[in-house]
Amino acid sequence: MKNRILACIDGSSYSTAVCDAAAWSALRLEAPLTFLHVLHKEQAAPPVDLSGSIGLGARESLLEELAVLDEKRGKLAREQGQQLLGAARLRARTAGVTDPEGLLRLGGLVETLTGQEESTPLLVLGKRGEAAQVASEHLGSHLERVIRSLQRPILVTPSEFRPPQRVMLAFDASPTARKALDMVAASPLFRGLPCHLVMVGADTATASADLARARQILEMARFETVAVILPGEPEAALSRYQQEQGIDLMIMGAYGHSRIRHLLVGSTTTAMLRKSTIPLLLLR
Amino acid sequence: MIHAFRTIRNTWFSNLRGDALAGIVVALALIPEAIAFSIIAGVDPKVGLYASFCIAVVSAFVGGRPGMISAATGAMALLMVTLVKTHGLEYLLAATLLTGVLQMLAGALRLGSLMRFVSRSVVIGFVNALAILIFLAQIPELTAVGWPVYALVAAGLGLIYLFPYITRVVPSPLVCIVALTAFTMLFGVDVRTVGDMGALPDSLPIFLLPDLPLTFETLAIIFPYAVTLAVVGLLESMMTATIVDDLTDSSSNKNRECVGQGVANIASGFLGGMAGCAMIGQSIINIKSGGRGRLSTLLAGVYLLLMVVFLGDWVARIPMAALVAVMIMVAIGTFSWESIRNLRKNPASSSIVMTSTVVVVVATHNLALGVMVGVLLSALFFAHKIGRVLHIGSSLSADGLTRHYQVTGQVFFPSAERFIASFDLKEAIERVQIDVSRAHFWDITAIGALDKVIIKFRREGTEVEIVGLNKASETMVDRFAVHDKPEAIEALMGH
Repeated sequence: MKNRILACIDGSSYSTAVCDAAAWSALRLEAPLTFLHVLHKEQAAPPVDLSGSIGLGARESLLEELAVLDEKRGKLAREQGQQLLGAARLRARTAGVTDPEGLLRLGGLVETLTGQEESTPLLVLGKRGEAAQVASEHLGSHLERVIRSLQRPILVTPSEFRPPQRVMLAFDASPTARKALDMVAASPLFRGLPCHLVMVGADTATASADLARARQILEMARFETVAVILPGEPEAALSRYQQEQGIDLMIMGAYGHSRIRHLLVGSTTTAMLRKSTIPLLLLR
Repeated sequence: MIHAFRTIRNTWFSNLRGDALAGIVVALALIPEAIAFSIIAGVDPKVGLYASFCIAVVSAFVGGRPGMISAATGAMALLMVTLVKTHGLEYLLAATLLTGVLQMLAGALRLGSLMRFVSRSVVIGFVNALAILIFLAQIPELTAVGWPVYALVAAGLGLIYLFPYITRVVPSPLVCIVALTAFTMLFGVDVRTVGDMGALPDSLPIFLLPDLPLTFETLAIIFPYAVTLAVVGLLESMMTATIVDDLTDSSSNKNRECVGQGVANIASGFLGGMAGCAMIGQSIINIKSGGRGRLSTLLAGVYLLLMVVFLGDWVARIPMAALVAVMIMVAIGTFSWESIRNLRKNPASSSIVMTSTVVVVVATHNLALGVMVGVLLSALFFAHKIGRVLHIGSSLSADGLTRHYQVTGQVFFPSAERFIASFDLKEAIERVQIDVSRAHFWDITAIGALDKVIIKFRREGTEVEIVGLNKASETMVDRFAVHDKPEAIEALMGH
């Protein structure tokens, strides 16, 4: 199967942003684009009818009723899925992408994505899904599981996407961060955009040496680079810097630590995902 | 291990709210049946109520079909009448234990698969007969009584069927029972109540052994009853399981259900209850009310016991008319009305099978007999139908000395007569050649018929030659298990 950018849409308010972000990435990377919509057959709650009375032909009518319910749900979901995909493809085509495709699958989101992982160099996702629109502080229920189970770059968009003008790379000299740095330098995705290289922590000699080396890599790839070391807590410092400098896309290594550490001290990735109002590119 | 946990979660706790609510609705439909049929079986209502509690709770754990309701049933109660009348309650409890053992045995021997010989027409006949039996069982409560009883039953049915138009959140059988009880108490209407029918449970059931001598005589008395009970219980349970399978679009483990019914009946016998089985009407009510998991069955049993033990004084005041109304509803809901519509549309043979099953059951009050007659008739009709697939053509050779017979189709007991009659034995001819390579000889009747034809020709001095007999009689071998290979199918259909 040929490589293509995979963009997951589900009909939530994030789908438009996902669509725009995917179109932008496809044009930048000159890669084909496929929209994915996953239909999940849920163990639907049976209709509540506690009347407890059964009349003429109760069995036949109940069977018919339940079958009709499932049938309607299945058909409706499929039609809705096709419509969503159609709208997304149209929007991407208007943005200039040639022949965006649609993919409609049955099953769970995570298993579907794992099945498609091989041929997906970049995955675009909304920060939240259809089921989680209300609680704004919470992340979509699938997001973290998707990020943890896939080993591919993932672009997570907020509810609105504008083509970024200035990007920043959160850098902590960890192996994940170094890998992320190399990927940014090598990829055409951000070529030509000014890139801020941001480290958070004490301004020690090793830190500035690491930063200088990193800056060199970016400049070699002809990025207009700004490098800074910020004091304080990573999440707060990164958000503040992003707002001050008008940065509109952040790149970071994701989930560099184990699940156990995550359980005990929390994860910077999750915190940033929750707080941030700009697109995040997570590199594994 | 993890898989086991997941299965437990899915079959028990995946539908908490639905199961908890459906359990209440079902319990309300279980109580009337347990009370009504205890009375018909000739025992105190508490025997049926303990049985219903026990069977529901045990089958929730060991049954093979989550969401199916098992308890004390009318079908089983009707088989116990003579035993109780002539020998008493202790023998009934012993028969219940033996029924459980036989059902477990049937499960272990995987007899659940025998259900494939019970055709759809027989199943529908069984269900309809069951509905009629439940209805007929209400007649004693409706004969030789004053007009207030009729008025109460009519009002009860009205409430049951019209109340859902107001709200579907309150079980209408409950409304019927509460309203009729309140009415009769308030206005002092003098009608028969549950309390008049015998003792209700006053405590939780306790373990006890039937007080009987363990002798051959005892066994000889209970064995015939236990066999019938076991057969009817399994039949109704298997049919109900299939109905629940269809309604919920899921599958069940039929052999586990056989064993489960057995375990539940043994438990019931030890706790002073009578034998029971799955219930079609109540299972439909459960599914309709949103019950899906094992929890719904368990809770139905638990609610039932709580209601009758702790509200026993109130239960005793429920007028029988209210319970009759609920049971008439169960009968109506169990009956397959589609089958009446289809009576003309379906082949006459299947309508005859269905109707015969119903008639035999209603006449004998024994569902096992009805099913036996139904299965027998289906088999005969089938044999008759297949026996018609036989053609014998003939042609005379150019020199006029040899007649060539070509036999195509199925030769077995119903078609053997026709096979013989198809040969022109009066033709005076030199030689006869019978080609049976495109025929099947299924049994020794067929071979006997062929021998008869050969002998008759020989006696006229005609020379007989048989072609392809080996191939034709391959089907005679008892282990003719070749139907799963494509070339075998080819040989059977077209050679």
